[in-house]
Amino acid sequence: MPEILYREALNQAMAEEMERDDRVFLMGEEVAEYNGAYKVSEGLLKKFGPKRVIDTPISECGFTGLGIGAAMHGLRPIVEFMTWSFSLVTFDQIVNNAGQIRYMSGGQFSVPIVFRGCSGGGLRVGATHSHTPENWYAGVPALTVISPAFPDDAKGLLKSAIRSNNPVCFLENEKLYGFKGEVPEGDILVPIGKAKIRREGGDITLVANSLSTHIALAAAEKLAAEGIHAEVVDLRTIKPLDFETIAESVSKTNRLVIVEENKPFCGWGAQVAYQVQRELFDELDSPVIRVTGLDVPQPYNSFLEDEVMPSEMRIIEAVRESLA
Amino acid sequence: MPTTKTSQKKSSFNEGSTKLLPQQSPGDRLDLLKQMLLIRRFEEKAAQAATQKKIKGFCHLYIGQEALAVGTISVLNPHDGVITAYRDHGHGLARGMCPQACMAELFGKATGCSRGKGGSMHFFDAKKHFYGGHGIVGGQTPLGLGIAFSQKYKGDGGVTLCYLGDGAVNQGPFHESLNLAALWKLPIIYIIENNEWSMGTSLARSSAGLPLVNRAQAYDMAGIVADGMDVDDVRAKTAEAVHLARTESQPTLMEIKTYRYRGHSMSDPGSYRTKEEIEKHKQHDPILTYRSRLMEEGIMDNPTFDQLDAEAQKISQEAYDFAEKSPEPELETLWEDIFTPEDQIPPLEHRGRFHR
Repeated sequence: MPEILYREALNQAMAEEMERDDRVFLMGEEVAEYNGAYKVSEGLLKKFGPKRVIDTPISECGFTGLGIGAAMHGLRPIVEFMTWSFSLVTFDQIVNNAGQIRYMSGGQFSVPIVFRGCSGGGLRVGATHSHTPENWYAGVPALTVISPAFPDDAKGLLKSAIRSNNPVCFLENEKLYGFKGEVPEGDILVPIGKAKIRREGGDITLVANSLSTHIALAAAEKLAAEGIHAEVVDLRTIKPLDFETIAESVSKTNRLVIVEENKPFCGWGAQVAYQVQRELFDELDSPVIRVTGLDVPQPYNSFLEDEVMPSEMRIIEAVRESLA
Repeated sequence: MPTTKTSQKKSSFNEGSTKLLPQQSPGDRLDLLKQMLLIRRFEEKAAQAATQKKIKGFCHLYIGQEALAVGTISVLNPHDGVITAYRDHGHGLARGMCPQACMAELFGKATGCSRGKGGSMHFFDAKKHFYGGHGIVGGQTPLGLGIAFSQKYKGDGGVTLCYLGDGAVNQGPFHESLNLAALWKLPIIYIIENNEWSMGTSLARSSAGLPLVNRAQAYDMAGIVADGMDVDDVRAKTAEAVHLARTESQPTLMEIKTYRYRGHSMSDPGSYRTKEEIEKHKQHDPILTYRSRLMEEGIMDNPTFDQLDAEAQKISQEAYDFAEKSPEPELETLWEDIFTPEDQIPPLEHRGRFHR
């Protein structure tokens, strides 16, 4: 199986879907002539031309709303945010328009659109550029929220997102763009709303997403050396949440640590913890523990920012506490 | 009526906009009146229902502004796009939406145009290419852009009318939309319905750089002003803009001057303006003005007007009765219309058994 970068996997997904369906087009800041701020759209302008790979002015409200209107009219836009942090400028369009129009119209207008771009911290770019807004968008009933951790899922889930008839927030991670992994050739569609067990283990369950999955896997590796076998569940899709896979794992391990980069208050892990205590109370041998981004704005300084992000050390400490 | 300095783009059809409109038959002339009467009587009936608390929440009436929606929409083709803000009853009816489904929506009934899920501010009708009904001021302006973008992308020859109030012109998305419309030459007509009041704040207290049509200049876009109390003027000016969009894929900003007789919404006592001001505008009532014109043209006499008015009242009463008799939505419909069925990927189970 060929190994490709996470960003190449995303690029392949878009190219294949644009090839397959004329209604799909890509729009965003620097996606065309610059070949993408993070090179995710590299080569697409050359391949598909300016009608379908469109550089926008720095007008997030304008081009996000344009995409939603075009989706209502039957096109299938991919709107790239240079980072998800900039989506805040157009929060109203995503929440009130993409998120409500189908319901408010009694089902008359669908909004088949993908909003995508990178998110997350650890890049020393300060508080305004380091958001992890999975939980903010997951709070909107009609929005699907996806955050893949590996290149195969990046490709397969983005293809599914583009084919979905519903609005999808697709959160990539800048630190993962250069991550290399095996990606099956051909037309792979990873199902939306299905988690994946990335490492099996019987002692404790770690549930994570995106970059946090990699940190959880690294922690699991170190724990294995101590004889503690952690199972790592990569959520892949935040919403709809695949609680069945989580429940199956927790029923086996009876212990749960949740690893999420978003801030603790009402982070997606809080919802997971709620559902676990509600449905699996008798299965638990110890309280659910969350390892989250710290409840402070993202600092610029490296030492400070590393302290804010979930780390192997904090995960290992949480696991030990759970097992104590 | 003046146009802005930057409207060279429309000079090609300055010779006489009437050329852009086919000669109206007497029946077509009467139809404009019928539509305006229907909106007036429908809204009066809605006001009554709101007072009776049969309509809950907000109810923004279109009374006084009828010529604007009717005149602008009358020059469209059936597949052209229409999108507006929250004062949307008039546009929906002018676009040919069913009055009964509209009134039922105001009542929140299952038979409403949005199945009782949208309410007054969120009328939709896909079959009529009516894209809503949008509650956030200015939030619809980029959506209109997207409809026009799609029309151009598909090459279907369509154009889009996107309405906004004078209170929306200072929202950021509107300016982003004007820039994109001009930059990408999209077939859209932005129509500012200038009724002088954004809720209780006068135009003079909210906007610099008057008249509002001047905002077209910054984007090198055609700007057209029309008299929103005169349905013929609205039609003629809109036809110019639609022609420009349809033939040259150029956007236009229209400022159409109008006036709402009622409060911002049903809950607005209107203490910010004088009775004299309202009376002054009522002297130029769009329906009465047009009625006089049709009489001068020999198309209509007083008994005919009374008959048309009675018909509009009858339709409105029937809409009211239909809405009242219609059932409340079943509770189960709460969970419908959130997601559209998937046809290209395996469907999701969005309501998992664990989700409480």
